[in-house]
Order: sequence, then structure tokens, then C-alpha cells
Amino acid sequence: MRDFYGTALANGLMLGTAQYPSPAILKDAFERSGASVATVSLRRESGQDRAGQDFWHLIRALDVHLLPNTAGCHSVKEAVTTAHMAREVFDTKWIKLEVIGEEDLLQPDVFGLVEAARILTEDGFQVFPYTTEDLVVAERLLHAGCEVLMPWGAPIGSGLGLNNIFGLRAMRAHFPDVPLVIDAGLGLPSQAAAAMELGFDAVLLNTAVAKAGDPAAMAAAFAAAVNAGQLAQAADPMEPRDMAAPSTPVIGKAFLI
Amino acid sequence: MKLLLNGAPINAQATTLADLLVAEGFGGAKVATAVNGTFVPAPERADYALSAGDAVEVLAPMQGG
Repeated sequence: MRDFYGTALANGLMLGTAQYPSPAILKDAFERSGASVATVSLRRESGQDRAGQDFWHLIRALDVHLLPNTAGCHSVKEAVTTAHMAREVFDTKWIKLEVIGEEDLLQPDVFGLVEAARILTEDGFQVFPYTTEDLVVAERLLHAGCEVLMPWGAPIGSGLGLNNIFGLRAMRAHFPDVPLVIDAGLGLPSQAAAAMELGFDAVLLNTAVAKAGDPAAMAAAFAAAVNAGQLAQAADPMEPRDMAAPSTPVIGKAFLI
Repeated sequence: MKLLLNGAPINAQATTLADLLVAEGFGGAKVATAVNGTFVPAPERADYALSAGDAVEVLAPMQGG
């Protein structure tokens, strides 16, 4: 597996920490998933109930790499400020950079994304940009200093899977040496396996596990799928073809008519 | 002086950001701060003088995807 900014991950599963029915179920899901990365966020803290402090103790106990996000940010300034706050709180240079440009699809504002990525990489951040599969934008992000790209599979939380296989395949072919992560839109383990079979290095998902009837069991299913897809990609899959080709030898077949 | 703390109006006696955090129950908490939309690193809180009308944000680790 490729390194992510010099960090070798144990596997290609990055799992979000939001929307679980309870902290105990979140913990179970992470244990069953074996995920190597947990995505986290920052929100307003209350001086009384200290919910953030409880969550901090919980995620520290997971013993995974933390990838803080700038979810909900709609401007470059907001995303950059949130990234600085996240770096201090989570003590990591990693930042999942989100600059949202369209509310209904939670589509990235790719212009703001490139600008924020440049500002942050110049300031020492290691940016994981949540982007589209657009190759021109991808090129700009790399020029801005990103060493990882995270194209969406489908809109966040939609569970639609890989909406644009052609675009994602083109991105993989166009940037063979760049670590690529499918971020967002996955709903089923088979879609995660498909992403890994396409040659992506990891998948990042949250809702598909957190909102499953049995999150821990679904986490295990995604872990198996990511592993299967990775094994399949490494095994060099056959090329599909339009016409049949007999797999059993024809030579030596008995004449029984 | 009157401030906005995480979007809510408060009357504060504290004159620095560090003192405000202690007074509002954040002493020792793992939080990051911003004033008027600008990040204020932890080492600068003790010297950061607050002004009336400042909007202070106090953020903590939270679930995210």
C-alpha cells in the first residue's frame, strides 16, 4: 500500500466517527472494522457538559490515526481557520479539507478548495482534499502541494456508491503514483470492493456503517470488502470482453451426437 | 464587558482570553479558540486582551465523517 504523507497504513479503510447510536457502538464498530484512520471534527464546546472532552478520551483509546476535517466550511477563510484549530487540538498535520460549494449535493467548491489547499500546505499541513473526479482540478491540487487526492464516489451520505466509474478510472490512470482515496457516497461493502478493484488506495466512509442496523457487523463487512478488493487489484484482474470465450478446452471433446 | 461566546451573549469580567476560558468552565479542557474569526493559539491566550463585542469561539473534538 502507498504511504500517505510518509505514513504507512495497516489497511485501506478510513472510518468516520459521526452518527453512531452510542459511543459503545462506535467503539465496537471501530474494533470490528480494524480501520487504520478515524475522521473527526471540531464543534462548539459547552463549559458545562464537556461532550468534547468525553469524545476526546474515546477516540484516543481507539489507537488509530486521526484525520480531522473541515466539514461544514463554505469559505476558504473558514476552512483555513478550522484547520489551524484542528491541528492544535488533535496534534496532527493531517487535515481532510472540505470547502463546500453547493448545499444540496454537498459538492466541493473546487476553486476555494485549491486556494485553501495552497495556503495550508505552505503552512506545513498535509492536506487530504475532498474533491470531485475532475482531472484539471486534481492537477491544480497537486500543484498546490497536495500529495493525496480524495475524489467523491457520490454525494456525502447518499449511499449511491461510485457514480462516475469512467471518471474515477481515468483519475487512477492519470495519476498512477498519487495515493487516491474514495471519499463519500459509499453505501455497501461491494462498492468499497469495487473502489479497491479500480486501484484506489483507500476508502473513507461513515454513514454506511453508522446508520446500518448493526453498525459493528457492517464495519466488519466493509473491512472484508476492502481487503478483498485490494487482493483482487494486486492479483491483476482479467480484461472484460464482449463475446464469450470457453473456459473449458474444446480440443478432445467427445463426439456424442 | 459584553461578549459573544459560541454565539451566545455573555457578560464577562475576564479581560484576557485565558481568564475567560477559566471563568466559563473550560479550564483544563482540550479546546481550540478563535476570536472574531481568527485562530488564537493556546500559548497566546494569556496575553490576548479581549474587547467589548468580541466574538469568541471555543471548539472541542467532536464526531466527524
